[in-house]
Amino acid sequence: MTSIYGPVTDWATDFDHAEPEYNENAPALWAELRETCPVAHTDRYNGTWLPVTHELVTQIAYDTEHFTSRSVIVSPFEQLAPAPIGGAPPITSDPPFHHDARRLLLPAFAPKKIEQWEPDVRTLCKGLLAELGDADVIDAAAQYAQHIPVNVIALMLGFPVEDADIFFGFVHDVIEGINVELEQRMQAFIRLDDYVDRQVREHVENPRDDLTTFLLNSTIFGEPLGLEHVRGSIVLLLIAGIDTTWSAISSSLLHLATHPEDRERLVADPSLIPTAIEEFLRAYAPVTMARMVKEDVEIGGCPMKVDDWVLLPFPAANVDPAAFDRADEVLIDRAENRHLAFGLGIHRCIGSNLARLELRVAIEEFLAHYPRFELATDKVTWSVGQIRGPRTVPVRIR
Amino acid sequence: MRVLLDLERCQGHNRCYALAPEIFDVDDYGIAVLLDDGEVPPGLEDKAMLAIANCPEFAISLADSTNAGTAS
Repeated sequence: MTSIYGPVTDWATDFDHAEPEYNENAPALWAELRETCPVAHTDRYNGTWLPVTHELVTQIAYDTEHFTSRSVIVSPFEQLAPAPIGGAPPITSDPPFHHDARRLLLPAFAPKKIEQWEPDVRTLCKGLLAELGDADVIDAAAQYAQHIPVNVIALMLGFPVEDADIFFGFVHDVIEGINVELEQRMQAFIRLDDYVDRQVREHVENPRDDLTTFLLNSTIFGEPLGLEHVRGSIVLLLIAGIDTTWSAISSSLLHLATHPEDRERLVADPSLIPTAIEEFLRAYAPVTMARMVKEDVEIGGCPMKVDDWVLLPFPAANVDPAAFDRADEVLIDRAENRHLAFGLGIHRCIGSNLARLELRVAIEEFLAHYPRFELATDKVTWSVGQIRGPRTVPVRIR
Repeated sequence: MRVLLDLERCQGHNRCYALAPEIFDVDDYGIAVLLDDGEVPPGLEDKAMLAIANCPEFAISLADSTNAGTAS
């Protein structure tokens, strides 16, 4: 793969979220920027801002007047689907279209609907653990966490579970293939669209009880959804649901593999797991979103111009001491936790109930199966780009 | 004790329903709904405070005691 940008020379004025160093060192970098330069900038990707304080991230997340969601991954980019719909509605949509596109999907991801998936998720987790066999060291990220969300979203969409490796390829191309030539990035989207179109055609011929058929039968403003809309929403669900949850589960297991007192406490009292999960989501939030500037605006003293990118690092906001007591500590019994892991405002992660379910069940089952485990490496590999999580978490289980 | 819900702010994070299902429900879209008009059953004051403190959108607040009587 050919990179378009070289190594970073200065993280305040020439940062690159697609350099592996970014995710490796993110917490230290955010802390340093908070003190010295709370809005970093880079000329890369035609100009990108990175505000790191809770106050500014919140302000921008709520400001749909000056910022558009028409593209949410800072990358070489060609606008094929303009605002207010964007390429993957509703995440790429702006008001007022956004409201109806989101309302269409909300019921499928509402709490009481998602609760019904718990037995499937639990069976899946138990099955993955049973397959790990009797090795001394297993990879909690690559052999366990990675496989949970991909299987669940394939079930929900009615896509072949055997295609999991193809989905990982798409996720890698879309989310990690950022620092590449535009042509290469567009090719990746064509492959993804072609795959989804094939699945959609198959559902037109054989409708069944899944989200793909649901979208095909849905209407918006009194008309059936266009195929572009169906495809875009499926692309969103496929891409957004996999890497994010996988990263959250992996980060949580990495924490437990390196903090035996927390692991022992959760094994002794699993009823604390839901509270602990909120703290893992705060401290290790995987998702940084992005906006584009729609109207010139000054934020934190910085002149943001039309078509500039703005990263919204919710993980950085979550560790800002101005917003959280003992922000840099992981307190698994933190009772008050108004974290932003799933964003704020009209674009709150639509899959948050599903992500929480998968995260909770994944941790419950892992701890039940392996009450004792510890990290078996001193070098963890991190993802690249706006979704941050450890890609390998080798743990010694006996 | 009584809680108020600002539906302009609620985005369906579902923290209140998860933490205090005796006080909050959710509708088919995952948006919060007050049970019993936000009246907090005796003994569940802590749960009400927890729901308030965990709402990322600051959509829940305590009805002030002077209004609580007239609104019920």
